[in-house]
Amino acid sequence: MVRKLIDTVRLQIVLYSLLIAGFAYGNTATPDTAAIPNNNLHEQTEEKAFDAGKMIIDHIVDAHEWHILTYNDFHLSIPLPVILLDNGKLVVFSSSHFHHGHEAYQGYKLELEGPNEGKIVKTLEDGETVDTAAKLPLDFSITKNVVSLFISILLLCFIFISIANKYTKNPNSAPKGLQSLLEPLILFVRDDIAIPGLGKKNYARFMPFLLTVFFFIFFNNLLGLIPIFPGGANLTGNISITLVLALFTFAITTYNGNKNYWMHIINAPGVPWWLKFPVPLMPIVELVGLITKPFVLMVRLFANMTAGHIILLGFMSLIFIFGKMNPLAGYGVSVFSLAFGVFMSLLELLVAFIQAYVFALLSSIYFGMAMEEHHHTEENHTDH
Amino acid sequence: MQLVTPGIGLIFWMLVSFSLVMFVLTKFAWKPIMKGIHQREDSIEKALEAANDAKKEMLKLKAGNEQLLRDAKDERDALMRDARKLKESIIESARIQAGEEAGRIVETARQNIQMEKMAAINDLKNQIASISIEIAEKLIGKELENKQQQQLLTEKLLKDVKIN
Repeated sequence: MVRKLIDTVRLQIVLYSLLIAGFAYGNTATPDTAAIPNNNLHEQTEEKAFDAGKMIIDHIVDAHEWHILTYNDFHLSIPLPVILLDNGKLVVFSSSHFHHGHEAYQGYKLELEGPNEGKIVKTLEDGETVDTAAKLPLDFSITKNVVSLFISILLLCFIFISIANKYTKNPNSAPKGLQSLLEPLILFVRDDIAIPGLGKKNYARFMPFLLTVFFFIFFNNLLGLIPIFPGGANLTGNISITLVLALFTFAITTYNGNKNYWMHIINAPGVPWWLKFPVPLMPIVELVGLITKPFVLMVRLFANMTAGHIILLGFMSLIFIFGKMNPLAGYGVSVFSLAFGVFMSLLELLVAFIQAYVFALLSSIYFGMAMEEHHHTEENHTDH
Repeated sequence: MQLVTPGIGLIFWMLVSFSLVMFVLTKFAWKPIMKGIHQREDSIEKALEAANDAKKEMLKLKAGNEQLLRDAKDERDALMRDARKLKESIIESARIQAGEEAGRIVETARQNIQMEKMAAINDLKNQIASISIEIAEKLIGKELENKQQQQLLTEKLLKDVKIN
């Protein structure tokens, strides 16, 4: 109950933040585009106004380069490979050719604004103007999030395979070092996630998925909290990542659904017949429920992690917003911003764990529901 | 919009990587880890059971020992009782025997004394007889000499007899 409440509050925060960010972006975008054709040189050379919304969005979305820092005109960033599939033709080049989106390369350009912002678009023959009519090339680039994904995967493999070796090397001995740090978590996944959801009989089959999902989310949440390379990519706050994770849960649930499960969807017991025939209202509701479950998993993780990043970045932006007004105000606000930033970071540490736990727990409950043998109608009702 | 639009590239890489990592971790990490944990739990459970059994066995052994001790004590008591009885009976019989022996010795002593007494009486009798004869001899020898002297002599002789 409390968790649900927190989730809804968080979602609201995200939505409001997005709204605010959008407004901030919209407000500044219009004068900028208007200013350039007017040839207002004075305004161009003047220091660009600090746009908090754009800064925050830039930090939480994916990118074709791993930006580390900018000092005046110096950009320190790691260029990443761009891989495009354009009409069956594979194009590979380094993202450094884009010069942070200022230049086009081989007829491709990194769009910096508009609906295709952040995407790679095709240019016309002149190599400058964007070809709005052309279809977007399929972008399989190794982006910041993909690199972060690979790093986290290497980390996961390294840590858990080294732990596994300890188990095989000294069986029946007390855990040591990293093993003793992670064993309680593994046991937590088994005893508090898998067994309650799936029962003692079936849980072992789903342990690999639950453990992988739990530690994948947990590690990436934590990596996302580290502000600098190799952390800092908002991987679990990316909708594509949470989409795939939810798809895995959905696929496993569907694959393991037994007769009871499907019968419950097609012909829900304990429901008056006129809700099923002639208009199949209940089957439709049940089918929607089938899709809602993974959808909620996807949105919850995405929204929670993104919200945390947005709030944290928002506090940091306050320093610069006030700093632009008056440097002293910036220094003054920085004390509060840092205090709140530290508080939020600590809260995010908790959220990192809770979200991993919730995702794994709900997955395990969904699997358990798909494999349930008898109907516990009472239980199902009290569950909601 | 970019925030809530899934990108095909990331979905593709995520699908591939997550499947791969799940496969690799399942094969090389989760299975050995779960097996190791399970084995350890089993061994701990077994060890606990064994300890419990040993405890029970100990209790049983202790009870057996106590029984044994009790038996030994009982036996010792019985032995002691027997010994005491035996001692008493031996003393009793010894006392009876000693009494008998003493009685016999006294009896023989009495008999001896009687015999000695008889012998002494006989001896005395003999001596008296001989003395009487001597006196008689002497009396016969000196009879006619003097009446007075005769009287003295008789008295003297009688004194002698008394001394004897």
